[in-house]
Parts: sequence; C-alpha cells; structure tokens
Amino acid sequence: MIKLTEVQKQYTEKVKIGPLNIEIPKAGFTSLIGPNGAGKSTTLMMIGRLLSIDEGQIAVAHMDIGSSKSKDLAKIITILRQENHFVTRLSVRQLVGFGRFPYSDGRLTLEDEAIISKYIDFLDLTELENRYLDELSGGQRQRAYVAMVLCQETEYVLLDEPLNNLDIARSVQMMEHLRAAAKEFGRTIVTVMHDINFAAKYSDRICAMKDGQIAAYGTVEEIMDPEILTSIFETKIEVIEGPYGPIAIY
Amino acid sequence: MSTMPYSTKQEHIAMPSEKHESNRSAKAFRTKKDARRYWIILISLIALGLTASYGLLVYNNPVPVSSPSFIPVVMRRVDALIAMLIAAVCHSLATVSFQSVTNNRIITPSLLGFEALYSVIQTGTIFFFGAGALINFVGIGSYLFQVVLMVCMSLILYGWLLSGKYGDLQLMLLVGIIIGTGLSSVSTFMRKLLAPSEFDLLQARLLGSVNNADSSYFPIVIPIILVIAILLFFFARKLNVLSLGRDVATTFGMNYQASIIYILVLVAVLMSISTSLIGPLTFYGFLVATLSYQAAPTYDHRYIFPMALALAFGILTSAYFLMYHVFDSQAVVSVIIELFGGIIFLIVVLRKRSL
Amino acid sequence: MRKHAIAGAGQDAQLHYSKQSKIWTKSFILAIFVVSILAVISLFTGVYDIRGQEDGWEMFFITRVPRTIALILTGAAMAMAGLVMQLITQNRFVEPTTTGTIEWAGLGLLLVYLLVPAPSLVLRMSGAILFSFIGTMIFFLFLRRVRLRSSLIVPIIGLMLGAVISSVSTFLGLFFQMSQVVENWFVGSFTSVQVGRYEYLWIIVIVTILIFIYANKLTLAGLGEDISTSLGVNYNGLILLANALIAVAVGVVAAVIGNLPFLGLIVPNIVSLFRGDDLRTNLPWVCVIGMGTIMVSDIISRTIIMPFEVPVSLILGTMGAVVFIVILLRQRKTRRVS
Repeated sequence: MIKLTEVQKQYTEKVKIGPLNIEIPKAGFTSLIGPNGAGKSTTLMMIGRLLSIDEGQIAVAHMDIGSSKSKDLAKIITILRQENHFVTRLSVRQLVGFGRFPYSDGRLTLEDEAIISKYIDFLDLTELENRYLDELSGGQRQRAYVAMVLCQETEYVLLDEPLNNLDIARSVQMMEHLRAAAKEFGRTIVTVMHDINFAAKYSDRICAMKDGQIAAYGTVEEIMDPEILTSIFETKIEVIEGPYGPIAIY
Repeated sequence: MSTMPYSTKQEHIAMPSEKHESNRSAKAFRTKKDARRYWIILISLIALGLTASYGLLVYNNPVPVSSPSFIPVVMRRVDALIAMLIAAVCHSLATVSFQSVTNNRIITPSLLGFEALYSVIQTGTIFFFGAGALINFVGIGSYLFQVVLMVCMSLILYGWLLSGKYGDLQLMLLVGIIIGTGLSSVSTFMRKLLAPSEFDLLQARLLGSVNNADSSYFPIVIPIILVIAILLFFFARKLNVLSLGRDVATTFGMNYQASIIYILVLVAVLMSISTSLIGPLTFYGFLVATLSYQAAPTYDHRYIFPMALALAFGILTSAYFLMYHVFDSQAVVSVIIELFGGIIFLIVVLRKRSL
Repeated sequence: MRKHAIAGAGQDAQLHYSKQSKIWTKSFILAIFVVSILAVISLFTGVYDIRGQEDGWEMFFITRVPRTIALILTGAAMAMAGLVMQLITQNRFVEPTTTGTIEWAGLGLLLVYLLVPAPSLVLRMSGAILFSFIGTMIFFLFLRRVRLRSSLIVPIIGLMLGAVISSVSTFLGLFFQMSQVVENWFVGSFTSVQVGRYEYLWIIVIVTILIFIYANKLTLAGLGEDISTSLGVNYNGLILLANALIAVAVGVVAAVIGNLPFLGLIVPNIVSLFRGDDLRTNLPWVCVIGMGTIMVSDIISRTIIMPFEVPVSLILGTMGAVVFIVILLRQRKTRRVS
C-alpha cells in the first residue's frame, strides 16, 4: 500500500502541490491522469523519492519514504522517469543488469543472470540484448528501461508516461506487458498516463489530478464519468460504452 | 532493426534463449572480442609506459654504467619518473571519477579553480612576503598547508552548492569555474606588481613540469594517493551506478548526495596534490579520460580505471622521452599535451548531439 | 529550459512596443547624468597635474580625452555584444567570455603577429575580427546541433572552449617566443590609449546603431529557426549579421584594448534585475550602464595603487566573477526543477 498523508510541495508562491491524501492499495494497476501541469509527474517523483516533500508523509508498504534507508527502499519501490539519458554506452543486457544492483551491489550471481534473462525475455528483448541502447529505436529502448525497473523486482513500480514515443501498436504491447507484470508477478504498478482511454482500458483504478490536487480517485467506472472528466480537463467530454469498456469522446 | 509483430515473435524466442543460456551474461564487456581487445590495448599501453620509463632512466646517460655517479644520475631521473606516475594517477582517476559523478564527459576537474587557487597562493606568498618567503615556502609543512587549503575550498564549494534544497551539480560546476577565473584575475593582478626577478622565480613555479616536483614530498604524497586510489577502486561498482545519473542511482538505493560529495572530495585531494606538486595541467586528464572510454568499451569502472591509468602513464612518459631524446626540447612537453587534449576536446564537443 | 531563461523576451516584444517611446524617463536621464559625472571624474583622474603643468591641457587632449572616449565606446560595445548574444541564444549566461569569442580574438591577434612582423593596427584588428567571427560561428553551430539539458551547460562549454583556444595561443606563444604578446593581450588596459591609437573604436558607434535597428528581429531569431522563419524572418541571415556585429565589436576592442572579461554578462543581467526581462527595451540602459561600469572599473584601476595603475581587466575579472556568482545564486531559487 502506498499512503500519502497531507503531502505538500511548494515550488513558488503560485505553484503548489497538495495537500495530497491518498491510499493506493497493494497489487493492481493505478493510473494518474490530468491536464498538463496538474502535478502528476511531481507526485509520482515524490513517491519515488526523487523529489523531496515539504510537508506530510509518504509511506510505501508501511515504510516512511523520508526516513527509511535508501537501500531498503530500493527493494520495495522503483521509478522510471520519462526521459532517461546515460553518458555511458550500455548494452540492453547490461542496463537491465543494473536493476539487480540493490541485491548484488554490482556483483552479479548466476541467479541474478537468470532473473535478468527472465525480464529480457518477458519484454521481447532477447534478440536485442547485446545491442547498445543507442542502436535501438525509441520503442525498443523504452522496453529496455521497463525491463530494467521490473528486474529490480520491487513490489511497487512507478512509471512516468511509459507510452511516450510509442506508436499505437507498441503502446498496446507495452500496456499488455505491464498488465501482465501486475497479474503474473503481483506487482503494484502506478503510471502517469496521457491517454484517458488507455488508462481506462488497462487500469484497475484511476486517480485524476488537477491544479496540484487530487480531483477524483476511484475505479475506472467511477472516474470515467462525463461530468468528472469534463470538469478535470475543462473540455466537453462524453463517455460511451465501447467493446472493451468505457471510452471517452472529446 | 525491424521489429516483428508481438505474437509471431513469442514462439521463436524460447528456443534460442535456451540454447544461449550459458552464454548470456551482463558482464562488463558485451562480447569476448571486446574483452580481448581491452586486454591487448591495456597490455600494450603498460608495455609502452614501461619501455618509455626505462628509456627515460638509462637512455643517453652521460656517465657510463661503471662510473660511481651512474646511480645518482638515475636516482634523479627516478624522481622525475615518480612525479610522472603521480601526475598520471591523479589526473586519470580524478577525471574519470569526476566525469562519472557529474554525468558529463566533456568537463574536467581542473577547471574547478584548483590551478587558480594554487597560483594565488604562490603569487600571494611572493607578493605579501617577498621572494625570500617563496624560496622558503617549501617543505612538507607548507606543502600540506597548500593541499589542505585547496581541499577546504572545494569542500566549502560542494557543501554550499550541492547540498540542501537547491543542490545543483551544473550550478556548482559553473560557480567553480567562475571562481577559478576570478582567482586567476587576482593572481595576475598581483603578478603585475612584482619585480622582474620575482616574476621569473614565480613563473618557474607556475609552469607545470615534472622537474619542479620536490622529491622530499614523496613520502607523504605517495601513501595518500595510494589510499585514495584504493578507495576509488573499491567504490568502482557504485560509480557504475552513479554514472547513470541522480534519478536512476537513487532508485537503485544509492545515497546519491553523500556518494557524490565523497567522490568529489577524493577528486579534490587528488587534484590539489597533483597541482601543488607539478603545477597545473588543464586538459591532460580530459585527454586521458576521453581516450580511455574509447579503449575500454565498457561501463565498468573496474576496467576503465586501469585503462585510464595505463594511458595516462604511457602518454606522459613517452611524450617526455620523445621530447628529451628525439626532439631534444624539454620545456614544452606539458604544453604539447595540453594542446593535444584541447584539440581532442574540440572534436568531442563538436560531435556531441546532446548534453 | 532555454526558452525559460529569458521569460517571454520575444512574445512580449510587441506588447512592450509602446514602452520604447518612453525611453527618456526620469530614471534614465538620471543614469545618463551619473555616467556623465563619471566621465568628468575619469577625465580628471591621473598622475599628471593638468592644471599645474604648462602643457597640462595639451596632455589632457592627447591622453585623457581619448581615454575617456575609449572607455565609453568599449563599455557600450562589450555590453551590447553580450546582450546580442543573450538575445539570439536566449541564454542569460552567454557573452564573449563564456563563449570563447574573446580567446578567439586573442588567437587571431597572435597569428597576425606571427605572419606579419610588426603588423599595423588595421591588420591586427582584422585578424581579431575574423577569428572572433569564426569562433562565435563555431559556438553557435554547436548550440544549434546539441540538445541541452540545462541552460548552465552553455557557459560551461563556452568557458572550456575558451580555455582550449587560449592553450593554443599559449603554445604558439611559447613556441615562437611570443609569450609577451599573449600576456599583454590577456590583460586589457586603457593605459596606452592616446590620440592616434584609439580612433578605430569609433567603428563601435556603427555597430551600436545597427544593433538598435535590428534589435526586434534579433529577438525573434532567439525563438529559434522554425518560429522566426514562419514569422518571415531570414534566420540564417540574421545569425550571420549578429555574429558579424559581435565579432566586430569584440575584435576592435581586442585589438585596441585587450581582454575585458564578464562585462557583457554582468551589465545586461544587472539591467534586467531592476528593469525586468524585456531585453529589447533594455538596450539603451545596457549601453549606459556598460559605459558606467567600465568607467568605474577604470577609475578604480587608476587609483587603487597610485601612482601606478593596474589593468582594468583584472578589476573586471574579479568583480565580474563575484557579480556573476551572485546572479547565478539569485536565479537558482526561482528556477523550477523539472
């Protein structure tokens, strides 16, 4: 369970996030949606301890983010940001191998290698595993990053816009993978999503944010409501029932 | 690079992955070929360094081997050689670690104002206390004083700009460089007021050269460098993760801020020792680091460090050997290395796509 | 991030158009008045007793007047060169020192000395201008190609670049026994300015006028190639023009005076501290404050160790570094981490 209690972050006098109060239960797929600048990525980064918070508390699996040891947290929660840029030249397998660092401190055992292989195969990267990252397409690279964070085998996985740079086919593929990871490995996945319909199709829960606040939080059916969506995005949005669940029309 | 549709791919992965299972590994080198190439280059570089050192020690010795003064001549040359080794260790390890923790392969720790501070100390001594003081400003005490002063300055800089809410690496770098420029203005200012004889004395101290190195410092300098080198080698696996950047390193459970400051302090000590022993060298470290990334195709610092070291020593000794015995010119070695490093810098910068 | 650095410089250009007519505000007239007083002080500062000696007034017109004019012109030139660079790169920390332009000019000077024995001032100037142009071009090309993660990277690269170029100069200087030229060039000073040695600085007036004329378009160029082209501006032409203006200003100053670090950085930044970020309407202010800053520095350099004087570049280098750091620290509080 991820629990935020009265979390606040002040950027400037005008830009402020929070106070946020939310509980994201264990297992399953939760999406954060909302207009640009609503604070989705910031919230995700605060949970992932990449940004400090000014006030309040964040607990992941009953461990306080602020006071727990970073090393212990690395076995419980992981986060992947939207933009990743490395100065070192890494092959896919080496990158994914870094995911084992919290356990191995850089000394990979045979067991680690097996786990690395497992996630490389899981994300269809087997053929590419010895390619350098800069030799891959944007979509392949994105899969490699996801493989890296999954390889960390943490209970909680946070992803900031995992569909960035992906076309429709790749996006569907990625979401299938993530949902499978949530199901097969019992992970708790929290993503920031741009596309409401993708969020609706694959999530268990949706959290909508606006102006640094949580505007709505609930199951897909609860949030995919024309009134709620219209007020969050300040655009006329209707919801119809599609073959795979509710679809937002705007 | 074409990617097959999701479903068709699924079936045919299973087989090759079983077959290659034993070969699959995320080791430092991607392929066996890469690893072999690494070892060949490393061994040739070490051989080059040793040959050049041997040449520097005995080639063209004015006295015959049988003469009683043969040993003293060699001993003097040994001192210069040790100074080269110290420069090589300091600059190679410091630059590689610095570039990894700052996530930036086009900067060098030499720009952080160590040189400028060194020349302010030297110039200040002669400016405020006269030429006699500069001549007397030798010995272990004053040497340590300089090193401690430089390390303190960098500690203040890091502590001030890297910690806290607005901690920012780029900002720290820029402020460091600007402090360097400001300090060099101050020391030029003082130099303008010196008498010509004092100026000459100072000039000799400020130009980087292994012949400036005072061997009486070796007993304290060598252990310090050894300890730092060992610390850095032990930290190599963590450096691998730090070089992935703040976010990824934090995600993997590193205490990013503390680790960065730890490495930067070690870098500061190395740079201060080298600068105060053999004078400033701005682009030497950059040259060595850049070449070693080419020669060691891996992310792993356990392999990059030895390569950088071998390169640094090989370049320095062979440059001095060539200059002494082939071109018969002594003074310009460091300047030529600097020039070469500078040109490599230009090439690297112009080839970059993103920074 | 780069766009962020100078918020709305371009977008607001039209909105602030009316403001331009209101240049002659009370505070601006006051600033001009203060600068005039500084000019008078500058005229009467010095060891030579103008009123006491017989040839006092003659000396006054041979050395003092040219010096003060030179100060006014170079102050304006360097400050404007910095402003133009900041306009077209949309980065606050760019100026001739932080792009290596000044070091290129020095290299050009040195090469002229190597190729021509005892070169004339025109030759030296051409060398400096040509190399500043090449150097600035290289830097801009680099900026256009590279995707930057932080606006602070730009001055870091520029300063490194400058260090490379000056190591080339040092090498050439040592190799051809010309270190003296390098050293002399590095310390810019107005000591040698007198009738017959500074007149080329008047070229700067032309540069200044051109900058005023093209200010609007240069602001547009700062928004990038795509936007400015779609607004009907010849982007590449403008960049070339801006480059030429910067190169002429820096080259002339380099040949006549020498290295004057940070002037182009601190003046526009100080002006925008109290006038806001509209770079274009700040132009006249940048000119005047540039003149004032260099005159103050020069007066300090002449009086701090009377009867000798220190090169003004050292005063600028020291004070400029302090101001630069203060500006950097001020802006980090408002910058959003993203």
